[in-house]
Amino acid sequence: MEKVTTNLGLSKSASWGSVAAILIQKWYRFTMARLEMRRRYSLSIFQSIEYADEQDQLILVSSQAKLELWWKTANQNGLVSQIFTSPSAPQVVDEGLCLKEFEKKIDVPDSYYGPRLSFPLTAEDANALLHAFRNEQLLHARYVLQLLSETRRVLKEMPNITHLSTSYSKEITVCGDLHGNLDDLLLIFYKNGLPSEQNRYVFNGDFVDRGKNSMEILIILFAFLLIYPNDLHLNRGNHEDYIMNLRYGFTKEVSKKYKDHWKQILCLLRDVFSWLPLATIIDSKVLILHGGISDTTDLDFLNALERNKVRDRTDVGIILFSLKNSAYIHERKKETQDLHILDILWSDPRSQNGCTPNKCRGGGCYFGPDVTAKLFARYNLKMLIRSHEFKPEGYEISHDGKVITIFSASNYYEEGSNRGAYIKLNPELTPRFVQYQVSKFTRRKNLVGTIESAALKSLREKIYAHRSELTSAFAQYDTNGTGRISVNDWAEAMESVLQLELPWRMLRPQLVQMNPDGEVDFMSCFYDLKMGQPTKEAQPALAETLCRYRKDLEIIFNIIDKDHSGLISFEEFSQTWRLFTSHLGIEVEDDSIDKLVLSIDYNKDGHIDFNEFLEAFHVVHRLEKKANS
Amino acid sequence: MASRKDAVVAEIEKKITKAFEVFDRESNKTVDVREIGCIIRSLGCFPNEAEVQELLDQVNIEVEDPSGFVHLDKFLPVMTKVLLDERFQPIPEDVLLHAFESLKGYLLRQNVILCCFSGEPFTQEEMEDMLNVAVDPETNILHYRDYLPKLVID
Repeated sequence: MEKVTTNLGLSKSASWGSVAAILIQKWYRFTMARLEMRRRYSLSIFQSIEYADEQDQLILVSSQAKLELWWKTANQNGLVSQIFTSPSAPQVVDEGLCLKEFEKKIDVPDSYYGPRLSFPLTAEDANALLHAFRNEQLLHARYVLQLLSETRRVLKEMPNITHLSTSYSKEITVCGDLHGNLDDLLLIFYKNGLPSEQNRYVFNGDFVDRGKNSMEILIILFAFLLIYPNDLHLNRGNHEDYIMNLRYGFTKEVSKKYKDHWKQILCLLRDVFSWLPLATIIDSKVLILHGGISDTTDLDFLNALERNKVRDRTDVGIILFSLKNSAYIHERKKETQDLHILDILWSDPRSQNGCTPNKCRGGGCYFGPDVTAKLFARYNLKMLIRSHEFKPEGYEISHDGKVITIFSASNYYEEGSNRGAYIKLNPELTPRFVQYQVSKFTRRKNLVGTIESAALKSLREKIYAHRSELTSAFAQYDTNGTGRISVNDWAEAMESVLQLELPWRMLRPQLVQMNPDGEVDFMSCFYDLKMGQPTKEAQPALAETLCRYRKDLEIIFNIIDKDHSGLISFEEFSQTWRLFTSHLGIEVEDDSIDKLVLSIDYNKDGHIDFNEFLEAFHVVHRLEKKANS
Repeated sequence: MASRKDAVVAEIEKKITKAFEVFDRESNKTVDVREIGCIIRSLGCFPNEAEVQELLDQVNIEVEDPSGFVHLDKFLPVMTKVLLDERFQPIPEDVLLHAFESLKGYLLRQNVILCCFSGEPFTQEEMEDMLNVAVDPETNILHYRDYLPKLVID
């Protein structure tokens, strides 16, 4: 007892009661600190993988532009123009006739019980939509197309930068990324009221992708835009983009929900996205845009450029490629529209001064407090509100109060991972933050466990996909061939191969086994992972490559498979695969891919169901398999 | 022998740096001073709040940094010494059990609150948190034998 008291630094006469209290407090704080650490690194795992994916995405896109060049010069059989143009839809010339055309061409059956919109829209229509979506109904394709064409008509009239004033309304609400989380939008409307002349909103981009109700969010936002065009404002985000949508789920969502009209819808959406305004300025003092700024940001230039001409990553593909090759600073020219918009949609604030290429994202830049200060001085601004970055509390203030990040998608990575938030701006332009989270949780410890296991699962998949590289990296440290290396060496090998900047030492117990001497049995990180289906014919390296590039291949396949039948010809597949591997510099035996394809069931008519094919290279966690069997 | 010690020190420094980086939001080698307690504890140390403050004072020994941020360069040598000297070792679990037992066989919710107002009092948030997790909402009783494993198991 005495020893304990002295350990705790209390006087000998301290009562056991206060000793006990301190002990409990110590243990409690210790536990909470460990939990917080686990929560943080789980989130950083998610974020690292997400950014690494986005970066790979940009490599893919730049390679797409190169692929196009290659194929044109190689004089392939006209596949290029078919493959690399967007899904086509009949050109609608006179937009005034749009509504009637859709009415004529698309029939809405009597059996449809969803909302029937009549234009011009009214608040009743908006309520009907909200009600329908709460009940998980779909809006009929005809109304979607009518809504989209009306939205395009209205957006075209708007300038690149919208100017608002707080003089006649109470407060303006600013919301950040929603990413298809309909529950968050409904919660915001519930807490903060529906948009109206007295209740103005600015939505700061990234309405779609990842969540499963991107379409519904767009419908609601566009409907309110049509009803209250002066009171609901939308800024474009980096996800309002055709190529991003292919990868991050929006395209898939649309094609599943609208099996007959998805092509038309996506085509029209592409236009609508390109007409979304770039920024909003309130009282000439508060600048609101999705990503950030750079040291060359020029608001007058931004206001004057033709925003609808910069569409999809394909247009900026070549520029991006030169970005990746660090020719960034020298290549940047003020008059290039693409780069300016890229900066607006992709940049992130940092606390170091200066403006450096954003190598995490692969586009836009990191801008420091000096860049912000300079822009503010030039345009007499007071605040910059942006989104684009996940924040555990839904918002974050940086650059000494000048820059606010607002993120409105709660539970973004996983149930319970983060709160969402929105900003209320009063006429004095003082921001007030409102936070929320869609589901309630009671026990924080279980919650961290859930997030942690989801994060670790993603990480293990990445580890598996880099198996050969990791194995040879480990072997370099294992000079005696014992199968064991020091923790330090293990951590360095992991970082050099995966490049995710994660706290490997902290993650070690979850990833790999260690013997009592403190050495890591490095092959044990692969023990619980295996491929989905046995692929006897495949070389291990090939299988691993397919596993790693599964997502990229999925995009390419989707581009080739224009009618979304799920099938592409054996020849198309072969050519694509060869191009892909040669561009990425992967060594693959010529006929190995043929053998591989043969070993997987495919229609004997020479077509491959590529979803089946991709499924074969999906990493399965052995424990999962056990649970399901 | 010198090189072996150097290797140990290097290993410790790496460990500290990596833990620091998890809280380093902007990757500029600084963390919010309020997170220092968390970092120290996640490295396996078991200080009370006064001890955390004492360490912070050591870190800020030359110049009081008004910014509210702690720089890695200042934190590293102090923390390395802490780990080398093996300070702030955890009190064994059986002592913790004894602490709970001595207060009563079980703790009523009110007692928990009282208990936590002595020593180094919990903040409102910590209090609510612990009560939510530890106290059975129906009986208002903290069954310490159930709660103990939650504190102890990682």
